[in-house]
Amino acid sequence: MTTANHEETTTLQLVLAWGFVGIPLAWGVIQTLINSMKLCQ
Amino acid sequence: MSLLSFLDRSHTVAKPGYSRWMVPPAALCVHLCIGQAYAFSVFNLPMTRLLGVSQSGPGDWKLTELGWIFSLAIFFLGVSSAVFGRWVEEGGPRRAMFTAALCWAGGFFISAIGVYAHNLWLIYLGYGVLGGIALGIGYISPVSTLIKWFPDRPGMATGMAIMGFGGGAFIASPLSVWLMSKFNTATHVGVAETFIVLGIVYFFFMIVGSVIVRVPAPGWKPAGYVAPTQSVGLITRNDVFVYNALKTPQFWLIWWVLCLNVTAGIGVLGQASAMSQEMFPGHITPVAAAGFVGLMSLFNMGGRFFWATTSDYIGRRNTYFVFMVLGFLLYCTVPHTGAIGSVAGFVICFLIIISMYGGGFSTVPAYLRDMYGTRYVGAIHGLLLTAWSAAGIFGPVIVNYLREYNITHGVPKAQAYNNTMYIMAGLLVIGFICNFLVKAVDARWHMAADDTRGKELVGTNA
Repeated sequence: MTTANHEETTTLQLVLAWGFVGIPLAWGVIQTLINSMKLCQ
Repeated sequence: MSLLSFLDRSHTVAKPGYSRWMVPPAALCVHLCIGQAYAFSVFNLPMTRLLGVSQSGPGDWKLTELGWIFSLAIFFLGVSSAVFGRWVEEGGPRRAMFTAALCWAGGFFISAIGVYAHNLWLIYLGYGVLGGIALGIGYISPVSTLIKWFPDRPGMATGMAIMGFGGGAFIASPLSVWLMSKFNTATHVGVAETFIVLGIVYFFFMIVGSVIVRVPAPGWKPAGYVAPTQSVGLITRNDVFVYNALKTPQFWLIWWVLCLNVTAGIGVLGQASAMSQEMFPGHITPVAAAGFVGLMSLFNMGGRFFWATTSDYIGRRNTYFVFMVLGFLLYCTVPHTGAIGSVAGFVICFLIIISMYGGGFSTVPAYLRDMYGTRYVGAIHGLLLTAWSAAGIFGPVIVNYLREYNITHGVPKAQAYNNTMYIMAGLLVIGFICNFLVKAVDARWHMAADDTRGKELVGTNA
């Protein structure tokens, strides 16, 4: 909730913000891990 | 409210109730995007057959010509972070991140036109120059902001953002390959369309970051945090003006520490695939080598967070001592692993080395904050990143030319990298000495209490 003198960050906002960057990053890391497994083949 | 006013620093000052944990995602929005630079090589081969499509035809670009795109971008990263550092610091993170978004997306769009027109100079200008400027501005701005929000754990905070820069390639590489496969036709490679889509996606992501970012209000400090009342060891509670920092020997010592640490890492990072195959012929196949490079990227990213966070507990100078000593031992061990045929030993050595390469990047902003205070840390960090540009030239040159020299003088390929490893170890000895010589900044460089330059830039008076 935002007022003239206050800007409360909600848990939902935090989850959305972290998910916005975390989900693509996790996807990229998983893709790289899958490729890295080729080292063991 | 006009756009220019919205971007102004005064409109980004956080009101009470704003959580500082919103700032790392804002920083990651930018760093994950500009980290694409590490994955630019996925476009190299497709861009060598833009005319021939199935294979390189007459008039197609050569790999050596395309290699300049990335080199230019890294060069302009260093130049722009040094030139625009003070503007970034004083203009605030939102304006800087917005500008970086415009330059980054604009660089992709100009490069797309360059691909359509088959004009390499447009790609040099677009991705190389404009993209490089976006890299410089986009890199330092969130880092400086995070340092101000996390005076209690600056290493961890900057480690999170700079980890994103390392992780950007993980997203960009498979995404770019997938996009090119979608736009690829029998008569068309699909690079230009991929550039356009990436430009749009990255612009959106970076704008979101610039909207949610905030700077702490003057005098703000985290709950329960007690700022030290006096300087302790290397950690000062005073600020140093950006251009005065250049006059201190500490700046140049840290410049060399970063440059040597990056040189040692970047040289092997670019050659890891070929090196592993040549040192272990028959044991490491091209497919396994690609897996090894991927694993190195993960350790490069993880090291950025791990080492920077560790530096909050053991100190920045000690962290660099660990990089130099452990790096020295590992580089000296690598030829031995080749001699006894230990693939596992070779892989472990390089994974640790590359984690420290990443750690060198992420620990240095907090090192500068310890030495020069928070007020101009972003601008000083920008000036220091010229060390990265220099290392980007030294590292690959040392590795490539020494390998060539050894092979032309009859050294077997499996042993051609041994001298290089010992030279890298030697560079780390020099880095150790430079780090050892770093002492607290002389009080004559401290800004006076009544010096108001950049006063509004500081959240807490840590």
